[in-house]
Amino acid sequence: MSELINELPPASVQAQLLQVAEAQSVPAWMSSLRLAGAREWRAAAWPDRRTELWKYTPLAALRNRQFQHASLSQPAWSATQALNVDAIRLVFVNGVFDASASSPGHAAVVRFSDADAQQQALIARHLGHVATTTRHLFASLSNALVADGVLVHVAPDTALDKPVHIVHVAVPQAEPVVVSPRLLVVLEAQAELELIEQFVSDTQEQNGFVNSLTEIHCGAGAQLRHYRINLEQEHMLHVGGVHVDLWRDAHYRGFTLAEGSALKRIDYQINHQAAGASAALDGIYLPRNRQLLDYHTNVEHKAPHCTTSETFRGIVADDARAVFNGRIHIHPQAQKTLAELNNRTLLTSDRAQIDTKPELEIYADDVKCAHGATVSQLDPTAQFYLRSRGLSAIQARSMLSFGFINELLQAIEQPAVREHLHAHLQGLFAEALPGTVTNP
Amino acid sequence: MLEIRNLSARVEGNDILRQLSLSIRPGEVHAIMGPNGAGKSTLGNVLAGRPGYEVTGGEVLFHGKDLLAMEIEERAREGVFLAFQYPVEIPGVSNMEFLKAAVDARRRHLGLGELSSFDFMKLARDAAKRVNLDQAFLKRGVNEGFSGGEKKRNEILQMMLLEPSLCILDETDSGLDIDALQVVAAGVNAMRDGQRSFIVVTHYQRLLDYIVPDHVHVLAAGRIARSGSKELALELEAKGYSWLEDEGV
Ligand SMILES: Nc1ncnc2c1ncn2[C@@H]1O[C@H](COP(=O)(O)OP(=O)(O)O)[C@@H](O)[C@H]1O
Ligand SMILES: [Mg+2]
Repeated sequence: MSELINELPPASVQAQLLQVAEAQSVPAWMSSLRLAGAREWRAAAWPDRRTELWKYTPLAALRNRQFQHASLSQPAWSATQALNVDAIRLVFVNGVFDASASSPGHAAVVRFSDADAQQQALIARHLGHVATTTRHLFASLSNALVADGVLVHVAPDTALDKPVHIVHVAVPQAEPVVVSPRLLVVLEAQAELELIEQFVSDTQEQNGFVNSLTEIHCGAGAQLRHYRINLEQEHMLHVGGVHVDLWRDAHYRGFTLAEGSALKRIDYQINHQAAGASAALDGIYLPRNRQLLDYHTNVEHKAPHCTTSETFRGIVADDARAVFNGRIHIHPQAQKTLAELNNRTLLTSDRAQIDTKPELEIYADDVKCAHGATVSQLDPTAQFYLRSRGLSAIQARSMLSFGFINELLQAIEQPAVREHLHAHLQGLFAEALPGTVTNP
Repeated sequence: MLEIRNLSARVEGNDILRQLSLSIRPGEVHAIMGPNGAGKSTLGNVLAGRPGYEVTGGEVLFHGKDLLAMEIEERAREGVFLAFQYPVEIPGVSNMEFLKAAVDARRRHLGLGELSSFDFMKLARDAAKRVNLDQAFLKRGVNEGFSGGEKKRNEILQMMLLEPSLCILDETDSGLDIDALQVVAAGVNAMRDGQRSFIVVTHYQRLLDYIVPDHVHVLAAGRIARSGSKELALELEAKGYSWLEDEGV
């Protein structure tokens, strides 16, 4: 790959991250994907504020750090707020598998490095094929860096008896590291799965960069419940993407929640590939302090009779910034599409910012689509009502903030996830929404 | 227990209360009637400390303390309760969690310990039963999707749980059918203990058939235009308010 690196200015982020790829040793069967990824990554124009998809999200934080590849030995880490759920659990610390924190293995879940020839063929067939790099530049970096990852493969007409729970713990290192978690989910026809992805960090003092990529293939009639939760703290840099292909009558139900950090950008790319597919995605974004949090979602309706329902709510506090871009693209052949997208943001300080842009592109005539975005502030009448019953101003604000997203939390089917987030977020808001004026 | 002296207040630049005075002793029920726009709700809001209601003169002593100097929540914890004319819907905030937080705040202020969740649930369920509100309402968002009558009963439920010493009911009877009205009245009457005082704002004399007042006042043009016994309410019902103006009051 060295010939690729030489064409770039040595200091560039692009070149630097390819050097990380250079230093990796990986099985030969992944090399073509890596090479294609590296080519694409190298050739891409570096996004700046003129780049539509990155207009509000500066990548300066990435430039300011010199990244190493995470070492192959597992760093020490302290237990974090990992979710307590009876599951097939895989824990990775800075990308390194932690067997002691993980549950015993399961035939449906295999790490790429342990894959047999058949599984390797399955991986090669799907990996990098569900994901598209057109709207998700960092997928090409992920391809360039792919070395290990997790395959979840559910056979036709099968449901696993437990959820699969994948935890990524970030731990600061002396030299900043780049971690590139990769997950491939292949649900065969009529298969069912419950999947929980969780990203956490052990302390505030993070210096790493996580570039995560999840690819999901839902075969005909397959059903996936997918929770993806980003609770990394303050200084973390995270660019992540979820790409989903839905085939005939497949159903995807997603829930995503992220707290902010120095840079956090998450892309969802959902493709209705065949008739009758449906997708429902709920999302919550909660940046505060000086954090930045950007969600981009894009749903491609490429087939008739498909349904999309998307609800995102965010609370932006202090000096934080949030970006939400929800695009739904209805192709000419996608007649009888039902699609709705709703985005609501609550700003709890005068300095908080949101850039929200729902985009509907409709090229079919027989469709039903609705989208809307609203931005509001804490309701003064509701604050008065709560305080007139004896709640402090701070309590009233935190209760109202929590209430704003609680509806989406209550809709979570998995009790362990619901209860974990309920407790975690109540605690978060009870921290008195730092920096806010308590007594207007 | 409540001493209002020459209270003047302004809302959005308009003078609404004009040197209003009213004195309430422990255990008394005072009914306040009067035409729309007279300032009845303004009085309740000023006493509860609602932002935007600017006091331009006068004073209010509550159990001898300067009420107007207190924050909204301090007044509540000291025992002032305003049943809103228009209770606020707060989707996403569980009624139960809200009620528990309110009761805990009051109990802490009184030096009593917080209730366990179990004890609180029992208390709340019991109160819901007394105002004829299904248990399910405790789990819903605060007033979320409640009918007008359910919202008013939720106000009375809060009053029962908080056990305030001054209850201000702002048109709690408006929009209630006769059954609901009796439920509300029974709730209030059960709380009359010779110490607790009530200000009952109403348009209709019929509520006063159930909650019998010690005094009836007419609030007009921002002040108490006339005060009397419960018979005054009957007279008002028969003649309306215009005769007060004719008499030049
Ligand atoms: N929040 C408010 N904003 C503007 N005007 C108000 C507000 N509250 C009350 N007012 C005005 O003050 C006057 C008295 O209103 P209110 O106290 O509600 O009367 P009542 O309850 O006796 O019908 C009315 O003219 C009303 O329009
Ligand atoms: Mg009124």
